[in-house]
Amino acid sequence: MSIDFINENINWKDITPGGEVYEGGTAAEFCTGDWRVSIPEYIADKCKQCLLCTPACPDAAIPVVDGKRLDFDFKHCKGCGICAKVCPFGAIVMKKEEQ
Amino acid sequence: MAIRERLSGNEAVAIAMRQINPDVMAAFPITPSTEIPQYFSTFVANGKVTTEFVPVESEHSAMSACVGSEAAGARTLTATSSCGLALMWEELYIAASCRLPIALACVNRALSGPININCDHSDSMGARDAGWIQIYSENNQEAYDNFVQAYRIAEHKDVRLPIMICQDGFITSHAVENISLLEDKEVKDFVGEYDPSEYLLNHDHSMAVGPYDIPSYYMEHKRQQAEAMKNAKQVILEVAAEFEKLSGRKYGLFEEYMLDDAEEALVIINSAAGTAKDAVDALRAQGKKVGLLKIRVFRPFPAEEIAEALKNVKAIAVMDRCEGFSSQGGPLGAEIEAALYRAGVKALVVDYVYGIGGRDVRVENIEEVYAALDEILAAGKVEEPYRYLSCRD
Repeated sequence: MSIDFINENINWKDITPGGEVYEGGTAAEFCTGDWRVSIPEYIADKCKQCLLCTPACPDAAIPVVDGKRLDFDFKHCKGCGICAKVCPFGAIVMKKEEQ
Repeated sequence: MAIRERLSGNEAVAIAMRQINPDVMAAFPITPSTEIPQYFSTFVANGKVTTEFVPVESEHSAMSACVGSEAAGARTLTATSSCGLALMWEELYIAASCRLPIALACVNRALSGPININCDHSDSMGARDAGWIQIYSENNQEAYDNFVQAYRIAEHKDVRLPIMICQDGFITSHAVENISLLEDKEVKDFVGEYDPSEYLLNHDHSMAVGPYDIPSYYMEHKRQQAEAMKNAKQVILEVAAEFEKLSGRKYGLFEEYMLDDAEEALVIINSAAGTAKDAVDALRAQGKKVGLLKIRVFRPFPAEEIAEALKNVKAIAVMDRCEGFSSQGGPLGAEIEAALYRAGVKALVVDYVYGIGGRDVRVENIEEVYAALDEILAAGKVEEPYRYLSCRD
């Protein structure tokens, strides 16, 4: 039974008992970045790929592929701004979330 | 082959636990249930069981450990009383809503304050809306028999709810009476192995238990949980029928005593039912048409069956060994009156708060209640529907 089975059309008879989820790592499927008040902007030109920002993220909103960070995962970024504080090169700036 | 013994209620439940040999027991001592984990830890120390005994630092931790252990896939139990049960409050709801079939031996004791260690039902009655199955026991034999049946009910696939087996503090838990025990193998075969379809320690199939539930889902989960509680009624009866074949002892949702032609009846829970039966016998000897209904299963509440059993009774006294502070009477009174109203049964009903904080309940006290029912019947109305028994005016 995959996580797709649980959606907002499910009725009380079919829902899993106690809200059990029969799969691991399902937080990736769930959008938790929709209540941000600040949003980080990634300035790729200033980034030296030092990767200090990645472990500082309290979520896992800075994806790293082949040893290089990519733009933010805005589905999970809460806009806390810690990454902007730890960046030595000014490659991350915090702005007001407009959406 | 039945084993004849003489045991206290606490010993009887501890022996049922030994015969079940659960995977985990997490408990913290509190009077009058202390002896249950005490006896059980002796069984653990002497190698009579293979149970992991977790001596926790509070009842809050005891029930938390039970929740974790049961979710991991281990058959788990605990025992407590009074303020201990109250300290489990938060986790009682978690256990029920996570649909974890934990068994709890509740030895009924008053809640503080003023602090009091004696019997009444305010502890388990306070937990009546937590989503636990509640089964009550008149004496040590019933406490033992109910505990042997507990997991078959709780773990049933249509139920999956935690279960509380209640007995009266000191009166039942510490008084030694004759008892008939089943053989260890009979209990083991009857209870069977715990085989949950999903559990946390299943490395082939990962799962999450107790996730955050947003408004889009919470209500569906509660509706499903309510259905499980409804299902429990039928399962309780099926397990009782199977238990009767094994033991010869018959159990239902409640016991009817001299109720067939009764015009006056008591509705009562636990040990005082034994005292009340003596009063019924004495009054029947005088030709009075009196009877009683002793609740065994309080959650789920068998409202339709109770109303059917009481439909020809003219005057009813509901005995609450618990104050509810609703200013209308105790919790059992409210449930019985609702059951009668829904079924259209028009009996005259009075609710008595009795025996709280261990106040003695004697045969003559119960006879006073039947005398009050005589007066109510003669008057054709109930002047004071909410009364205290044996309280100094």
